Amino acid sequence: MSTSVVEMRHITKKFGNFKANDDISLTLHKGEILALLGENGAGKSTLMGMLSGLLKPTEGQILVEGKEVEMESPRDAKKLGIGMVHQHFMLIPAFTVLENIILGEEPLKGGRIDYKKASQEIERLAEKYQLDIDLKAKVADITVGMQQRVEIMKALYRKANIFIFDEPTAALTPQEIDQLMKIFRALADEGKSIIFITHKLKEIKEAADRCIVIRAGRVIDDVMVADVAEEKMAEMMVGRKIRTTVDKAEVDQSKAVLEVKGLNVEKHGLQAVKNLDLTVHTGEIVGVAGVDGNGQSELIDALTGMRKIKSGSVKINGKEYANHPVREITEAGVGYIPEDRQVVGLVLPMTISENLALKNYYRKPFNNHGILEYADINQNGKDLIEKFDIRSQSEKEAVGSLSGGNQQKVIVAREIASKPDLLIAANPTRGVDVGAIEYIHEKINDERNDGRAVLLVSFELDEILKLSDRVVVMHAGEIVGEIDPKNTSAEELGLMMAGKKIADAE
Amino acid sequence: MSLETILMTVFSSTLIYAAPLIFTALGGTFSERSGIVNVGLEGMMIVGAFSSTVFTLSFSNALGTATPWLSILVGGFFGFLFSILHAVATVNFRADHIISGTVLNLLAPGLCVFLTRIIYNGKGQTPIIEQGLGTYTFPGLSKIPVLGKILFTRTSLVAYFAILIAIVSWYFLYRTNVGLRLRSVGENPVAADTLGINVYKYRYLGVLISGFLGGMGGAVMAQSITMNFSSNTISGQGFMALAAMIFGKWHPIGAMGAALFFGLAQSLPITGAYIPLLSHVNSVWFQVAPYVITIIVLVIFLGKAVAPAADGTNYIKNK
Amino acid sequence: MLKGKNKNALIIPLLAVLSGFIVGAVLMLVFGYNPIQNYVNLFAGAFGDVYSVSETLRNMTPLLLTGLGFAVSSKAGFFNIGGPGQYLMGWFSAVVFALHFHALPGIVLIIGSILCGALCGAIWSGIAGVLRAFFGTSEVISTIMLNYIALYYVNYAIKTWLAPKGSDSSPNIPKKASLCTDFLQNLTHGSTFHWGFFLAILCAFAVWFYFNKTCSGFEVRSVGMNPSASRYAGMNVKKTIIVAMIISGILAGMAGALDGIGNYQNISVSNSTPSVGFDGMAVALLAGENPIGMLFSALLFSALQIGGLSISVLSTTPSEIVNVVMASIIFFVGIKYAFEMLIIKGVIKKGAKAKEAGNQ
Repeated sequence: MSTSVVEMRHITKKFGNFKANDDISLTLHKGEILALLGENGAGKSTLMGMLSGLLKPTEGQILVEGKEVEMESPRDAKKLGIGMVHQHFMLIPAFTVLENIILGEEPLKGGRIDYKKASQEIERLAEKYQLDIDLKAKVADITVGMQQRVEIMKALYRKANIFIFDEPTAALTPQEIDQLMKIFRALADEGKSIIFITHKLKEIKEAADRCIVIRAGRVIDDVMVADVAEEKMAEMMVGRKIRTTVDKAEVDQSKAVLEVKGLNVEKHGLQAVKNLDLTVHTGEIVGVAGVDGNGQSELIDALTGMRKIKSGSVKINGKEYANHPVREITEAGVGYIPEDRQVVGLVLPMTISENLALKNYYRKPFNNHGILEYADINQNGKDLIEKFDIRSQSEKEAVGSLSGGNQQKVIVAREIASKPDLLIAANPTRGVDVGAIEYIHEKINDERNDGRAVLLVSFELDEILKLSDRVVVMHAGEIVGEIDPKNTSAEELGLMMAGKKIADAE
Repeated sequence: MSLETILMTVFSSTLIYAAPLIFTALGGTFSERSGIVNVGLEGMMIVGAFSSTVFTLSFSNALGTATPWLSILVGGFFGFLFSILHAVATVNFRADHIISGTVLNLLAPGLCVFLTRIIYNGKGQTPIIEQGLGTYTFPGLSKIPVLGKILFTRTSLVAYFAILIAIVSWYFLYRTNVGLRLRSVGENPVAADTLGINVYKYRYLGVLISGFLGGMGGAVMAQSITMNFSSNTISGQGFMALAAMIFGKWHPIGAMGAALFFGLAQSLPITGAYIPLLSHVNSVWFQVAPYVITIIVLVIFLGKAVAPAADGTNYIKNK
Repeated sequence: MLKGKNKNALIIPLLAVLSGFIVGAVLMLVFGYNPIQNYVNLFAGAFGDVYSVSETLRNMTPLLLTGLGFAVSSKAGFFNIGGPGQYLMGWFSAVVFALHFHALPGIVLIIGSILCGALCGAIWSGIAGVLRAFFGTSEVISTIMLNYIALYYVNYAIKTWLAPKGSDSSPNIPKKASLCTDFLQNLTHGSTFHWGFFLAILCAFAVWFYFNKTCSGFEVRSVGMNPSASRYAGMNVKKTIIVAMIISGILAGMAGALDGIGNYQNISVSNSTPSVGFDGMAVALLAGENPIGMLFSALLFSALQIGGLSISVLSTTPSEIVNVVMASIIFFVGIKYAFEMLIIKGVIKKGAKAKEAGNQ
């Protein structure tokens, strides 16, 4: 393990006056799995961007196989045997898996693409590295797990020796994560070297040999994973102790706020939610665990009026609201933090104030006989910015110019300020930094402690287990079981998410 | 008139009207497949029509019967030059594609009529071309019973050429690596870039091919239908071609099919008078029919058409 | 920060206008014309005396209204190229109203004609709005198609119902229905200036108020910027799309109506869709779709068109040069990124120099 394949020496990268990377040095050995640990915005992706030819360092050197290199583009990185698997997969949904893999490196025969030759080559690699992929399928139709295998295959097809993975497990099921870790091992055993970026400690423990911790653009520590405890690594990452629990008050949980019975929802003619029953009481957080694509989005869309319900009943505070318009459901006391803040939750070019009034602009005092009272709207914006600690220059600033965490705070502020009886939160902390995660968790828990009902859908098991009073598991549109978060491990939950009912699991 | 003759008339006039639309709609397909929305097809056609007409008028004595054919290439070449504006604006300078396309449509008539006045002593239109593309009877094929007369007699050769180009375009876009790459930058330029594909280069390629084909389309229009150039030579054909491209779901063969349909519809007001059943129908219905039918077909069969995923977006590379 | 942005918002159109004129000048030089003389003629032709100013303002009326129409739909995320068709329908129906109800008192005729034009414009754009809202039909195609349907239908209707045998034009509307009164003619030395101008100006302020102060305008902006978020916020996206499209059509239809009963006094068969519908797009684009800014961009383009006429009268220079100038201006507006880069670089250079000076 002594031969170094990559050496980055004293790398600094500036964007304007901002130092994203500040004098970072790093070495990667042959056959090694190296984890790069850090919060969102710590500078991990920037660092790897330079190693993959997307960015150029402001200062410092990069050595590959002992030779200093300068990369102008990803093409140069590829020539050096560096393959990058991005967090947001770089795939073309409209193309087939095969087309995605060979794009840019197409074998030709008489001017046309030799698809046959390409398939044979890829199938050989797939067998060698145990990568299960369907070459003829369109990327739009395959699972996230397979998309990732396609990304790995893209790198293998380009004869990569060094693999960079950016947050590779963000969208995977626990089983798919296991599989990925096995693929990592298989690659390393074949003499390939791997760097993977993550903020999940468990995976580092499981898969990595060594771990480099980065905070605010600087290297904090370089440790052998076997020697350090998870908690220690977490502290290094954040720079202080982080809370893994929330304070739950004793509250009355007797009254049902949301009652769903026999709910059926279709998507593209397929049954996305099947005969689902669910109840959420006052003072209770009900977590919905499940792998992405098992009907959670459709369930939430149906509850909030954004998708048509085929059959079944949705009662809020005892009144029927199935297939009612979004606005009526909002007025019935439902707050909703949507999963995709930029596409659904916010109108990015509008001001913070306007976004904070997005759901009640049409009511008094904001709306005065069809004329908007901007003085009130902006005052409301000012108040909420202060109350929810939204870091901004002014309430008239466009929401799009805020950081991800602060954008999410705008949504949380708007939804909580309306004092809903039922708060629906879908992956409320996706892609925000640890500080904002803690803050949002506390706010959601405060709602519960104030006696409101909360329905939390999340792909992050830790988040579900930390916040929920009860957890239901969704698989293939059905609720396959309910667990008590205090007595259940993430592994058991993972098995259920993969579709095993409690009885099977035991 | 016999049924055969009627069909021949309908078929050949359909082809005559469809030919400019096929070229131009294919041009639109190339541009939008590479991710650059092209509402400037009309302007590209105008430039093509103008330049080809000037060429024909200037060189027909020297070059004889080949002149109109060469003039189509000349129209293509100037369309190509004109489209550089669109490419520079959208690819390099991040202009809104619709604004840039609108500029082409505003600029082309002004510039071309300006030049027409300079070349032809202040007149706003050119003289009439004496020798146009005319009609063509395929030797051999026209002897096939029935079909030979309908499809291959006194018909538009350039339309057959256009159909051939459509097939070549399909092969290029869907079977060659250049085509695959061109489509990839229209679907996901970021992904294409990570694979070392030069997004700017392929987008330029898409727009410039579009300019060439659009210019050819305009040239065909001038050389076979209007027979001169004035501000009215191209009156909406570029937009029709754009519609044909969307109608054809951004696919070369689909665009060609839609263009043929529009050609049929546009020829009906003229040929309808000869068709016994239709001769009593008021001509306004024929004039309006293609547009109404297009809307109805879109509403019933297509709904939301599927454009390339990154169509209309600017790609900004960060360094 | 905000102030800086506002400054750029004004600098770029000004630079674009300047660059457009330079392109025109270069083109004239290349072909041996005198750009300075021509620009002087252009200015005189547009603003030289009361008559020409009045002509410019009259010509500005439909430009401003079609531009406003384009801007409203564009704010809702709609690329409405249906301006020409909506304008034509407005023109046609206003003239029909004025001819048909000729017995009514003048003021009723005028109001009725304008309302009728606005209504028909609204119907024409509303069709595209409904198709988009309920069937997802691309408005680009549907508005193009509707332009041609309007063109052929209006031509047919003029020939069949309005025009005397052998003529291609309708009779003139009664004098009392005209917006171009003797008072105005006397005041403007016999120009075609009419009362519609003031209505158009009023509309610009109304549109500004609509977007910046009203609940419905807020919804249109929100839907235009992000339909998913608007739906999530409980807005009726379909309704909003249709509302925006209808307002857009009202404005374009009104442009046609005002031209019909103010400027032309009749309607004739035409070969192609009226270009003023497209020119309105240019007006909106130059002003960045800001209704107040459009007062100025409409004035500029109108002046170019009116002044352009005297270019070819007073010299051999083809008046189409002004179309090239107009298109170039929009081109430069489109590539504003290039200007922004120049400005930023300029500022940085200045900053660096200042620093150096400070160090010394």
